[in-house]
Amino acid sequence: MAHGPSQNFFSRWLFSTNHKDIGTLYLWFSFAMFLLGGFFAMVIRAELFQPGMQLIKPEFFVQMTTMHGLVMVFGAIMPAFVGLANWMIPMMIGAPDMALPRMNNLSFWILPFAFTILTSTLFMEGGGPNFGWTFYAPLSTTYAPDTVNYFIFGVHMMGASSIMGSINIIATVMNMRAPGMTYMKMPLFVWTWVITAFLLVAVMPVLAGAVTMMLMDINFGTSFFDAAGGGDPVLFQHVFWFFGHPEVYIIILPAFGVVSQIIPTFSRKPLFGYSSMVYATASIAFLSFIVWAHHMFTVGMPIAGELYFMYATMLIAVPTGVKVFNWITTMYKGALTFETPMLFSIAFVILFTFGGFTGMMLSIAAADTQYHDTYFVVAHFHYVMVAGAVFSGTAAVYYWLPKWCGRMYDETMGKVQFWIAFIAFNITFMPQHFLGLAGMPRRYSDYGLQFTDWNMVSSIGAFLYGGAQLLFLYNVIRTIGWGKPIDDPQVWEGAEGLEWTVPTPAPFHTFSTPPVVK
Amino acid sequence: MSSESSYYVPEQSKLPLMAATGMGAMGYGAASWVIDGGTSTIFLIGSLIMAAAMYKWWSLVIEENTRGIVSDQLKHSYVLGMYWFIFSELMFFVCFFGSLFYVRVLVGPWLDGEAAVGWFDDTATDAAIANATHLWPGYDATWPPLVTPDQVVTLAANPDATEFQFKGPEHAMSFPGWSFSQILGWLPLWNTIVLLSSSGTVHVAHHALKEGNRKKFVTWLGLTVLLGVVFLFLQAEEYIHAYQELGLTLESGIYGTTFFLLTGFHGAHVTLGTIMLLIAFLRGAKGQFTDKDHFGFEMAAWYWHFVDVIWIGLFLIVYVLG
Repeated sequence: MAHGPSQNFFSRWLFSTNHKDIGTLYLWFSFAMFLLGGFFAMVIRAELFQPGMQLIKPEFFVQMTTMHGLVMVFGAIMPAFVGLANWMIPMMIGAPDMALPRMNNLSFWILPFAFTILTSTLFMEGGGPNFGWTFYAPLSTTYAPDTVNYFIFGVHMMGASSIMGSINIIATVMNMRAPGMTYMKMPLFVWTWVITAFLLVAVMPVLAGAVTMMLMDINFGTSFFDAAGGGDPVLFQHVFWFFGHPEVYIIILPAFGVVSQIIPTFSRKPLFGYSSMVYATASIAFLSFIVWAHHMFTVGMPIAGELYFMYATMLIAVPTGVKVFNWITTMYKGALTFETPMLFSIAFVILFTFGGFTGMMLSIAAADTQYHDTYFVVAHFHYVMVAGAVFSGTAAVYYWLPKWCGRMYDETMGKVQFWIAFIAFNITFMPQHFLGLAGMPRRYSDYGLQFTDWNMVSSIGAFLYGGAQLLFLYNVIRTIGWGKPIDDPQVWEGAEGLEWTVPTPAPFHTFSTPPVVK
Repeated sequence: MSSESSYYVPEQSKLPLMAATGMGAMGYGAASWVIDGGTSTIFLIGSLIMAAAMYKWWSLVIEENTRGIVSDQLKHSYVLGMYWFIFSELMFFVCFFGSLFYVRVLVGPWLDGEAAVGWFDDTATDAAIANATHLWPGYDATWPPLVTPDQVVTLAANPDATEFQFKGPEHAMSFPGWSFSQILGWLPLWNTIVLLSSSGTVHVAHHALKEGNRKKFVTWLGLTVLLGVVFLFLQAEEYIHAYQELGLTLESGIYGTTFFLLTGFHGAHVTLGTIMLLIAFLRGAKGQFTDKDHFGFEMAAWYWHFVDVIWIGLFLIVYVLG
């Protein structure tokens, strides 16, 4: 059974059952979607460079904001972490492959179909989805273009893909650990992913329920979201955010895992407070189910509901604080070096914490009345999505790329990319806090003259940030093709764990005979 | 513990891409079908591809098992897969049960300008008061709701109106009353009896299989499939009755909406479970299950118990308390 990769290009990549090849497919797909979503963002920022309508029509602008959100969340960030999970989890727990290799390939191949269906709506009569990535009813039902039906089935397919992918990860972690690899010895990346997978299996069906209700309301005369029939548009928001809040942790927990691998390596110290990290991750996951209505403080809930969701939300700061404390304490008195993955990870800790603080501001129900639906919210979630998830994904690629392909990336180019990305990110999103506090609402294609300066600054930062991603792409391709060959299994001096015991580059099959973990 | 000898990592396979293609055509086809003037062609082609892929996929897994390469550890992966698949199905129903709770306990009172639940919501919010004074004056929330807010407002403007966007049902499906004949003629009760007994018969079949009594196994499993079909037949009768005699349709406001979506999705799952049991029945009749190795049947049986549990929730919440 020690078969290598197929020599035929098409059969290797289309019919794969190998966790490494499927991981690679996920990563390239996610980068392609990242560029597509980034292109949409560039259109948005170009239009917002100056007040007044310059380049596109308002109807198209809202399609761009909607598609940017959908493509980035479901197409770029989530598949990127599934790709990392595919590559790393079997190697980290000493398994020969994922538990269900054929289903693994199915979970991947659903995605290109789903996103083709979703993006093809941009070229259809009526245009693409134009109701925001949160697709609130009745904008997404009564007032939506016909193409919303393609969106609905596209979301169903993404959900099916995510559920199958998560079931695979759960089965792998529960069933495929090497002898001696007890739960409390698993690397934190594995822990955060298995908890993420539980979240996905629990909430993706709820998202499927939400879009099913939309489908019924639009086409079959039901009245879930129509008060005229006794339903309630606010019901949509509750169902959506019951999915949506765990979803943001689905995005950020694997990022926590990545950073918890990288910081100990470059601090040359074990992770501080391993078990508290595990418990903190589980607590965050649990809390994520009981805080959803903090996204809807201004919708007219009873005061008791507002208070409950406010306090429950604030509780999340406790386990998150534990994590930030542990990362910093891991670095304390460590023999630190600042390779590119470490730079991205430190930036992650700082900027994610900043995004967490603005989250605390938003969690105060009374104050949220002012911040709600302004650029302050946009700035907040880009600090956690971009500086959180995207930075840690970038760090992960730099960290593991030498192991994957047996070649070292260009460190100088990596550092240049980091500094451009770090500075450009802050130029883009820091001013959006000021815009939001000054009252600029999100999702509008035009704005009052008083917002001009900061919008210009933000747009310049955005183009710079986009450019940094092209540098990233170039560095990765250059490494794979022409990077300096290395063969040290450990790659990084301080790296610990099973994945660093296999040869570099990692062979097609690893751990066909399980290692024994002491 | 995993090793080359004990854990089977399959060779490359064309089936996943085939299934994904089928699913893609189904998704695209379903969307173009529901849009006015659309046809079902692409959806049907996708369904055929999907069905063929699933048939081939399961045949392959069965064939691998008969070749003896499916280790206990791999079987445990299948078990975990099925557990978590059932959990995801459960969460799908949680979404609809939660929505029913929300519209029934909270939205009704709010539409009628009141506070909903004392300890949680003791004074009517501004939004609720605005509902009663501006949007739906005169609407009186009850459960089951036999009139919709739209109906109340339209009738207030024009007492002779007969056309409504949402017209409430003439009757609901709730508990009919305590007299013997009322209970005897109450279809949901019969459905409950049918489905609960089918959970019993599938259990007997399982025990027979473990004892190695194939004849008894096939008989009781066949009975289970039959009870599944009876359940579906009774539910079809109930829907016809609702549409033709009770004026209860998908379009009769939130009651019809929640009633048909909850019972409908349950019925769809019963259909799926019946098909799974039927396949297990045919395989059992061919002697493909042994007393130690009958995982395909066990999966179908778990699914069937799951469908049963959902029905008990439906029976209590949608029918008895409905």
